[in-house]
Amino acid sequence: MPKNNPAKPWRVIPGFGLTLGLTLGWLSVLVLIPLTSLFVMASGLSFEQWLAIFADTRVQAAFRLSFGGALVAALINAAAGLLVAWVLVRHDFPGRRLVDAMVDLPFALPTAVAGIALAALYAPQGWIGRLIEPFGIKVAFTPLGAIVAMVFVGLPFVVRTVQPVLADIDSEVEEAAASLGAGRWQTFHRVILPTLAPALLTGFALAFARAVGEYGSVIFIAGNFPGLSEIVPLLIVVRLEQYDYVGATAIAAIMLVASFVLLLAINGLQRWNRDRLSRGAA
Amino acid sequence: MIEVQNITKHFGSFRALDDVSLAVPKGKLVALLGPSGSGKTTLLRILAGLEAPDRGKVILDGVEATEQKARDRGIGFVFQHYALFRHMTVADNIAFGLTVRKGKDRPPRAEIDRRVAALLDLVQLSGLAGRYPTQLSGGQRQRVALARALAVEPRLLLLDEPFGALDAQVRKELRRWLRRLHDELGLTGVFVTHDQEEALEVADEVVVMNKGRIEQVGSPAAIYDSPATPFVYRFLGNVNSLPCAIHDGRAEIAGLSLAIEAPNSGGEGNGIAFVRPHDVEVRPPADGLPRAVVEQLAILGPVVRADLLLPGNISLEVELTREQQNHLSLAKGSPVGLSLRRARVFAGA
Amino acid sequence: MRRDESPLIRWLLIALALGFLGLFLVLPLAAVLAQALGKGTDAYFAALTQPDAWASIRLTLLVAAIAVPVNIGFGLAASWAIAKFDFRGKSLLISLIDLPFSVSPVISGLVFVLLFGLQGWFGETLRDHNIRVLFAVPGIVLATMFVTFPFVARELIPLMEEQGREEEEAAIVLGAGGFKTFLTVTLPNVKWGLLHGVLLCNARAMGEFGAVSVVSGHIRGLTNTMPLHVEILYNEYDFVGAFAVASLLALLALLTLVAKSALEWRLRDEIAALRQS
Repeated sequence: MPKNNPAKPWRVIPGFGLTLGLTLGWLSVLVLIPLTSLFVMASGLSFEQWLAIFADTRVQAAFRLSFGGALVAALINAAAGLLVAWVLVRHDFPGRRLVDAMVDLPFALPTAVAGIALAALYAPQGWIGRLIEPFGIKVAFTPLGAIVAMVFVGLPFVVRTVQPVLADIDSEVEEAAASLGAGRWQTFHRVILPTLAPALLTGFALAFARAVGEYGSVIFIAGNFPGLSEIVPLLIVVRLEQYDYVGATAIAAIMLVASFVLLLAINGLQRWNRDRLSRGAA
Repeated sequence: MIEVQNITKHFGSFRALDDVSLAVPKGKLVALLGPSGSGKTTLLRILAGLEAPDRGKVILDGVEATEQKARDRGIGFVFQHYALFRHMTVADNIAFGLTVRKGKDRPPRAEIDRRVAALLDLVQLSGLAGRYPTQLSGGQRQRVALARALAVEPRLLLLDEPFGALDAQVRKELRRWLRRLHDELGLTGVFVTHDQEEALEVADEVVVMNKGRIEQVGSPAAIYDSPATPFVYRFLGNVNSLPCAIHDGRAEIAGLSLAIEAPNSGGEGNGIAFVRPHDVEVRPPADGLPRAVVEQLAILGPVVRADLLLPGNISLEVELTREQQNHLSLAKGSPVGLSLRRARVFAGA
Repeated sequence: MRRDESPLIRWLLIALALGFLGLFLVLPLAAVLAQALGKGTDAYFAALTQPDAWASIRLTLLVAAIAVPVNIGFGLAASWAIAKFDFRGKSLLISLIDLPFSVSPVISGLVFVLLFGLQGWFGETLRDHNIRVLFAVPGIVLATMFVTFPFVARELIPLMEEQGREEEEAAIVLGAGGFKTFLTVTLPNVKWGLLHGVLLCNARAMGEFGAVSVVSGHIRGLTNTMPLHVEILYNEYDFVGAFAVASLLALLALLTLVAKSALEWRLRDEIAALRQS
């Protein structure tokens, strides 16, 4: 019996080699090779060089602000995002569709524009700065300013991950809980919240990841005082401007590893989210 | 004549087709019948060139076509979910196969329009040329898909579960319509189905498939009256399977204390006897007849289905007419006598 | 009734949500407008007609005009390969395509500095041949393409996967070639999704700041895109100028949102129709 040419797989739809080749080629040239070059350069650093970089209190402070600030901002976004998603899904009010569309503004508005707008708002003479100054609260040119900017850029993530899951919750589930004697609050935190948990956590992680790497909107409002209100991406830029390629590369490599870990975590969360959704539908 | 020879096809480690050979005579409508996973759709897709076999040959009108591309085979394919182009009108869908031809092969626009109109007429959708697929019912979409496949005047028409996505009433109507259409056009056609009633009603010839192999090929009557294997019996349904002991060319069916001829059953030992409900004759209880008790009666229009209980707690389903029931004055709990008009015995099954 | 809170809580929740969104979305937009027009419309238009402002607008349009079509080409190729064929490592490939989204913009610029800077891998070769990548338009285009890399592909991959392969198979059995099938069957089916991806890609390409900032060199009138020009004017305390250019970018963002919302309504209908049939 002749075996039909097994080396060349049969594909009815043409163009596989061409399109996959283009995809892999462009991905390698534009993304993979540049990112690899960063790691290759970082791997050339000696142990002493790494130690020196991390012993620097300015570096430590920048990491604390980028990760700590992002954590606070993501927590605020988780709470506010859940509230916004809830109101958009469960309540009708005039202009709801407009508000729904506006939620994506931070995706569309250039970060530099957001940065100078926030800085103008929270500056001591700004619309908001003027109001809070008498209470001794300073936002602009402090770490608090960085957090405000991080809240802005992360705002859509929690809303957009929670919204579809919330809309999918069957009203019968809540009615069942109520018929079993659960109060409104009990229904919320024992039935609804656990259903939303994976989506909420995914949104939180996405907002966190975005805030950690954010640059444009933060630098205008944070004041960028070394050791106090300086974020890691800015520190990378500062090192570059000083022609300290080694320092910039080392810090960037650490950031990149942190982003990849976050990406893996987010992928895991999304799979969990999907599995739960599809099991609910089955 | 369309032929496949010794086709084998794997998907990963799953063997979808295992050394399958089949010939489809010109002008006949053939059904590939089997449960899901039996390889029937894979065989259809190999005929179309949508899959390539690991081994074996496809021969179209005497010419080997195994390596021929799908687009060059001149085959009409009706997909299970129709695969209509959703952004094109009904007329554009039907014309597609003609308009993509190149150079002198492409008929002039007026000719295309004329053929589209004729096909719309044939599938009884003349008023709907300008509609989009989403504006059609399931049955209408099915007929558009058929017209689109016919537009290229294929030498072979392939249909994958052509009635699978339709509701029962439409399915019945379309079945008869397809049969009439086939007789009118004299096409060679192969369709896939898991519904035995559909296969028996529409096809000239039925190919029963199981686990990547062909179990039986024959006319609908032959398939129903003399299934070649226990699988075919079970798959066609509507049959009692009774354990029996085979000895000396005769089968002793437990509980019936009845011996029947079992030629070709292949030896000695345990076996299974297949008896269709209408091949059991129900009589008044009498000496020398195996006895049973009526356990349940269901009146299904003109016929009556009775579940009988044989000694040894074996159930037997029988079918009789309303008249017979009245004549025997059958009721729940009545004792009856039995005889078998026809049974088939398989050893070891 | 059971699903609804009491009217008091209900309005309290709505007020809280709208208050939060007002504080973080509406006020910044209003601030941009107020600052841009703070010294009157004459000052506003004078700021916009500055030669450097014009140069930044032209550069931004040029960069987008290169980066977006390249992104479309890549997105179509990637989604065709991924959605219409089965192969090993497909989910890894999808993750890799998404990678640039999780890289900080500054690092996205830095990698090109490491490759093309004077001390970089290709730095000396480029200098010997007198080719400028860094602190010039090619570097800005590269950095922009990096950060916008996933936009069109991630929009099209799930859409094409949902649509399956039957329509393409049907076209091919009917005698259509590969390119014809793509043009007449696949492309019309994904056109709204493609447009959606293009809108987002374009907004990001025109608005990118961090990555471009690292590779641009900030040469006025030459390598400043609009966001970079905003930064320079702002740091020079030319607030009217900075916010005037920023107001154009804000307008672009608003137009993007409007078009995107309109498209999403359309897409939702199409996907609903798809699931139904």
